[in-house]
Amino acid sequence: MTSTVPRVTPAEPGRVKTHGPGRVQPAGRNPLSTRLHRSPRLRLLGLLALPLTWLVGVYIFSLVMLLITAFWRTDPFTSKVIPGFTFDNFVRLVENPAYLSTSLRTLSIALLVTLLSVMFSIPLGIFMAKVASPWLRAFLAVAITLPLWAGYLVKILAMRITFTENGFFNSALEPLGLSGPGFSYTTVVLTLTYLWFPYMALPVYTAVRQIPANLFDASADLGARSWTTIRTVVVPLLKPAVIAGSIFTFSLSLGDYLAAKFVGGSTQMIGSVIASNINLNPPIAAAFSVVPIVFVLVYLFAVRKTGALERM
Amino acid sequence: MAQFGRALLEAASAASPAPKGVSLHSVTKVFGDVVAVAELNLEVHAGEFFSMLGPSGSGKTTVLRMIAGFEDATSGTIELDGVDVTRMAPFDRNVNTVFQDYALFPHLTIAENVGYGLRVRRMGKSETVERVERALKQVRLAHTADRLPHQLSGGQRQRIALARALILQPSVLLLDEPLGALDKQLREEMQVELKQIQREVGITFIFVTHDQEEALTLSDRVAVFNNGRIEQVGTPNEVYEFPQTSFVAGFLGISNLIAPAHASVITGIDKLISVRPERVRLADAASAVAANETSVLGTVYETVYTGPTTRYIIETAAGLRLTAERHNDHHPTAAAAFGRGDAVRAIWKTDHVSIVP
Repeated sequence: MTSTVPRVTPAEPGRVKTHGPGRVQPAGRNPLSTRLHRSPRLRLLGLLALPLTWLVGVYIFSLVMLLITAFWRTDPFTSKVIPGFTFDNFVRLVENPAYLSTSLRTLSIALLVTLLSVMFSIPLGIFMAKVASPWLRAFLAVAITLPLWAGYLVKILAMRITFTENGFFNSALEPLGLSGPGFSYTTVVLTLTYLWFPYMALPVYTAVRQIPANLFDASADLGARSWTTIRTVVVPLLKPAVIAGSIFTFSLSLGDYLAAKFVGGSTQMIGSVIASNINLNPPIAAAFSVVPIVFVLVYLFAVRKTGALERM
Repeated sequence: MAQFGRALLEAASAASPAPKGVSLHSVTKVFGDVVAVAELNLEVHAGEFFSMLGPSGSGKTTVLRMIAGFEDATSGTIELDGVDVTRMAPFDRNVNTVFQDYALFPHLTIAENVGYGLRVRRMGKSETVERVERALKQVRLAHTADRLPHQLSGGQRQRIALARALILQPSVLLLDEPLGALDKQLREEMQVELKQIQREVGITFIFVTHDQEEALTLSDRVAVFNNGRIEQVGTPNEVYEFPQTSFVAGFLGISNLIAPAHASVITGIDKLISVRPERVRLADAASAVAANETSVLGTVYETVYTGPTTRYIIETAAGLRLTAERHNDHHPTAAAAFGRGDAVRAIWKTDHVSIVP
C-alpha cells in the first residue's frame, strides 16, 4: 500500500551463472602489445611514422624544392634553368606592375569569394537549422553537398555555358534590356563562390545547429528581437565556423586558375601567370607561387590573433 | 519598444487597480496529437513564491514556457498584471526566465551577460555599468565580472542567471528547475538564498520543480501537476497534510494510503484515507491503545535506516503495508527498537488521518 516498499526478488539462479559458452577468455600475452604498452615513445612512433613520411617526404620536400627554385634564374636565350642564388625573380614581381596588379586582383577575388560565401551561408544556415521543416532541411543539405560530387571542371564549364554570349544570363536579362557579366572578373568571383560555397555553408550550418536552443529563448526573454539575437548571439558564436570555412574559400580561390581561364575572359590570376610560366620560366613561376603562400600565412596569423583558432 | 510597452503596462496598472500577478484561463497546449496542458486555470498572486510541482511530462514546464512566451497556447488566455499577453512575443512581456541549464551566452563575459537585457534596451552605458555592478553584488559575484561563463562553477552560473533576469526588474520571474543541476548541499544553500532574494525584491516567483521537498521548503503556494492538469493548489501545509487526490498524497513524500476496503475494517471509514509515516508510532503488539487512537497489528517486514530516522514497513495479516517513521533520538549505539519479523502494533491518533476525496 505504501510507495516505498522495497521489492525483494530472490536471486535468479540463471543470473549468477559464470561459466558457459559466452564467458570471456582472458587475453593471451602478446609480446608486441606488452612492448607498446610499456614504451610511450614507440607508440608515438608507430602512430606518426606513416603520416610523417607523407608530410615530410612528399609535401614539405616538394614545397622546399619549389622555394629553392625561386632563387634560381633562367638563361634568356636557351630558357635553361641555372641554379644559383638571386633575388631577381622577387624584384621583378614587385617592380613589374602587371605582376603586382595580378597579385592584388587575385587577393581581391579571394576576399570577395569569401565574403559572398559568408553572406549566403549565415542566413541559409539559420534557415536550415531553425526554420526549415526536417524534410526541407534534408533537401537543402543534399542540395549543398551534391555539387561536391560533380567534377571541378564540369562545374566551371557549366558556369561557362550559363554566362556565355547566348547563355542563360543574357537571354534571361534580354527582355529587360540588360546583359549579364559575360566572361569577366565578376564571373570569376561568382564561379569561385559557386565552387567553394559548400566548404563555408556546411560548417556554418553545423555551427548554427549546435547553438543550444535555449540561448535563442534566453535572448528573446531578455528583450532582444530576432535581428538583435542574430547580431549579438548567433553571429559571434558562428565565428569559429566562419573562419574554418574562410580558410577553404580563401586559399582555394587564391590558388585557382582554371576559373579565370574558362570564365574570366582576359582576367588574369596568380595561378594563370604561374601556369603560363611553368615551362618557360620556372624560377619566376616558383617565385610568384610564394605570393599566395604569404597571403595565406598573413591571413592565418591575423585569424590567430583574434583567438578563433583555439576554439576550432 | 519594450520600454514603451512597460510604460504602457505601468500606466494601465496605475489607472485601474487591475489584478496583479499571472492568471491563466482554460489554457490548453497540444503538441501534434499529445495534449501537454489541458484546460488549465491558475491564479498566481503578485509577490508570491509559487511552485509548480510534478513529475516530468506533467506539463509544468510547458505552462512556464507559455507564460514566458516561448510556446503559444493552443487555446485559452494568459494575463499578466491584468493585460492579455497570450499572443505577445517573449521580448514584449515583462517576464524573465532563469533556465534549467542557465543558458548563459558562452561568448560574453559575466558582466556582459548580466547587462545583456539592458544593452538590447539601449540603456546608457554608465547606468548599465552601475546596475550590472549592483546586480553582481546582490548575488555576491562582483569579482567574476570579467570571466567567461565556462570559468564559473555550476552554483555561480546559477546565480549569474538569476542576476541577469532580475536586473530587468520583471513583474514575474520564471524559474525552470534552476537548482536541478546542483549537488544536494549547494542546492540547499541556494534554496535559502533564493527565498531571501525573493523576499528582498518582492517580485512574483514562479518556480518549476519535480522535487517535492524543494517545493514545500520554498513556496508560499504549490500547484501539483499531473498529466497536464493541476491536481491541487494550496499552501505547502495544505497540500502535504490534506491531499485532495491520491496522486498528491503519493507524490508529496511518503504516505500511507489506505484503500476503502482496509480503511473500513481498521477505522470504520469507508473511504480512501491517508496517514503520514511520521504520525504512525510503533509499540509492542500487547500494548494498550488510548481512546483517541487507532491501531492495527502487523509484523515488521523491512527496516530502512536513513540517518535521522528509521522507517519500519509493517505488513498486516490482511496484506496491507504501512510505513512508520521514527526519529533516531535514542542513544547512538542502542539497537533499533524493532527488527524484521517482530510482531508490532502500529498506532496513530484518529484525527491525524486525512480523508482523500
